[in-house]
Amino acid sequence: MKRFFAILKKEFRQIRRDPLSLGLLVFVPAMLLSLYGYALSFDVKHIRIAVLDDDQTPESRSLQDSLFQNPYFDRIATITSPREGAGLLDHGRVRAVLAIPRGYARSLARGEAVNLQVLVDASDANTATTTIGYFDALSDRINRRVRFAALTHAGVTPALQGVVLEPRIWFNPELSSAKFLVPGLIGLLLMLSAVVATSLSIVREKERETMEQIMVSPIRPRELILGKLLPYVLICLVTMSMVLLLGYFLFGVTIRGSFLLLGLTTLLFLFAALGMGVLISTVTRTQQMAFQVAVLASMLPAIILSGFIFPIQNMPVAIQGITYLIIPRYFVEAIRGIILKNASFIDIWPQLLGLLILGLLFNLLATGRTRKTA
Amino acid sequence: MSRDPSEPVIETRDLSKVFGRFTAVDRVSFSIRRGEIFGFLGPNGAGKSTTIRMLCGLLSSSSGTAQVNGHDINREPELIREAIGYMSQKFSLYRDLTVAENIAFFGGIYGLQGARLRDRTATVMTLAGLTGQENHLTGTLSGALQQRLALGCAILHEPPILFLDEPTSGVDPVSRREFWDLIRGLSARGITILVTTHFMDEAEFCDRLGFINAGRLIALDTPARIKTTTGSATLEAAFIKLAT
Ligand SMILES: Nc1ncnc2c1ncn2[C@@H]1O[C@H](COP(=O)(O)OP(=O)(O)O)[C@@H](O)[C@H]1O
Ligand SMILES: [Mg+2]
Repeated sequence: MKRFFAILKKEFRQIRRDPLSLGLLVFVPAMLLSLYGYALSFDVKHIRIAVLDDDQTPESRSLQDSLFQNPYFDRIATITSPREGAGLLDHGRVRAVLAIPRGYARSLARGEAVNLQVLVDASDANTATTTIGYFDALSDRINRRVRFAALTHAGVTPALQGVVLEPRIWFNPELSSAKFLVPGLIGLLLMLSAVVATSLSIVREKERETMEQIMVSPIRPRELILGKLLPYVLICLVTMSMVLLLGYFLFGVTIRGSFLLLGLTTLLFLFAALGMGVLISTVTRTQQMAFQVAVLASMLPAIILSGFIFPIQNMPVAIQGITYLIIPRYFVEAIRGIILKNASFIDIWPQLLGLLILGLLFNLLATGRTRKTA
Repeated sequence: MSRDPSEPVIETRDLSKVFGRFTAVDRVSFSIRRGEIFGFLGPNGAGKSTTIRMLCGLLSSSSGTAQVNGHDINREPELIREAIGYMSQKFSLYRDLTVAENIAFFGGIYGLQGARLRDRTATVMTLAGLTGQENHLTGTLSGALQQRLALGCAILHEPPILFLDEPTSGVDPVSRREFWDLIRGLSARGITILVTTHFMDEAEFCDRLGFINAGRLIALDTPARIKTTTGSATLEAAFIKLAT
């Protein structure tokens, strides 16, 4: 115990004397979260639209109203000629031009087909597809309303309206991809900083040969490892709080579930991630090498195999097997559950168990490899 | 435990270390009595550090046996660790900690605390000539003071055996002289010391010497007798005769 406290105290002193590294540990994840949060956000909102209304009737205006009521479209310009619209598109001032032809209201009333023209700038294919999707939905709505009105007008009360799909989006009602992404990002970033920080802190001692001075003492490997890890557990908890606060202020991600469960999940995760950091430090000699291995081993599988971007159930079975060894797989799923769905212990215990098992595995391997005699 | 002064405190028999196909230490046998200053002399790469690291339990041996303080290096390394102090060839205290913090740390990992830690800290500070510089960052001390502090940290827990690997490399001659006074003082108190060096003048301060070259022990005797048996005026000349 005395020896464990000696390590702990020394570690805190060194961390305090190196505010730059400490700052990096806490602020780099925060910075990356803000950057990636915005860059990866799949939502398309506030698409800039110009409208060419050749009809100028109550019907054409009602079409525009329903278009600009939602946050997806912003009216940038009302134009009077197609050439003007082409100019706006060319200069990138608008992403789409909606042209309502003369006779729109009349044709609708007669039940004739109307061609609404939408010119879409497809240089950003993702935004273009989404824009077209929104217009599709809009025209469907208009058609349904017109048919319903026509039938009613003809004295028929339509008992059947056909199949109307009304998706109810739970847990993330605004379908905000930021809300889905942020918990995943938090998991990845925390993984990165935890693994890098611990592996560096141990390899640094090997590089400066202070490790040798510790190893000739009667200290036990587990006293050494625990004393070196505990400070990083605390730092990572601070980092976690930072990114959660940022998630709230920047992306409106609120934590629906229990803070206690979130804390427990994070602790279990850190147990596993820090153990992996120690393991990496036992197989590397220099800080540079440890850094590279730590980044590769923590980020690459985490991004590809944790279900962060590619859903695990779509992977080949063999690869799915490998994902069981990926720490963020469990952590991301668990915190997504807690943050978005108010998941309870019962819902996420398999993830917690996964973290516990991986944690035991990495820490046993790491302590086993930290033999005092080379 | 043996308290008989004639009984060896450190004893090796055909101790060897092979790295891959390279033999760094080749069947080295010697024994060191209590309170002796035993000097390990040899050029760079001769195998001095490797031998010390095996005796400290930092490196496993390839063959042969060795006992330190009566314990076998392979079977009871933990018991040996309690009994030895080690100062490695490279300065290995924390430069980003103060003098006092380094002492507290090394005292801590040897389990010292309370009155004993305070007592030993004061003794070591005086011995290292660092009194009044407790709060200086270790990295800002002169080379000579850093070396004294490293020695101080190695003897905090009052080990009966001390391994010093090139303790005076990179230190000016005057400081080297003072450092050797410290070493002799420790020896006078019954501490057994194994010290390596490649300075021939320092070798004269040792009670006995082991000349090591290319992993082999090529001479083992007192400085005076090594000179007379080889008919050399200096240890340096003796070494050259023996090595060629
Ligand atoms: N871990 C190791 N792996 C391979 N060779 C080593 C290792 N450690 C030392 N050596 C080699 O063993 C020889 C003896 O080294 P060392 O004991 O450090 O010499 P000295 O301390 O006498 O200068 C050197 O040639 C060195 O390169
Ligand atoms: Mg050496």
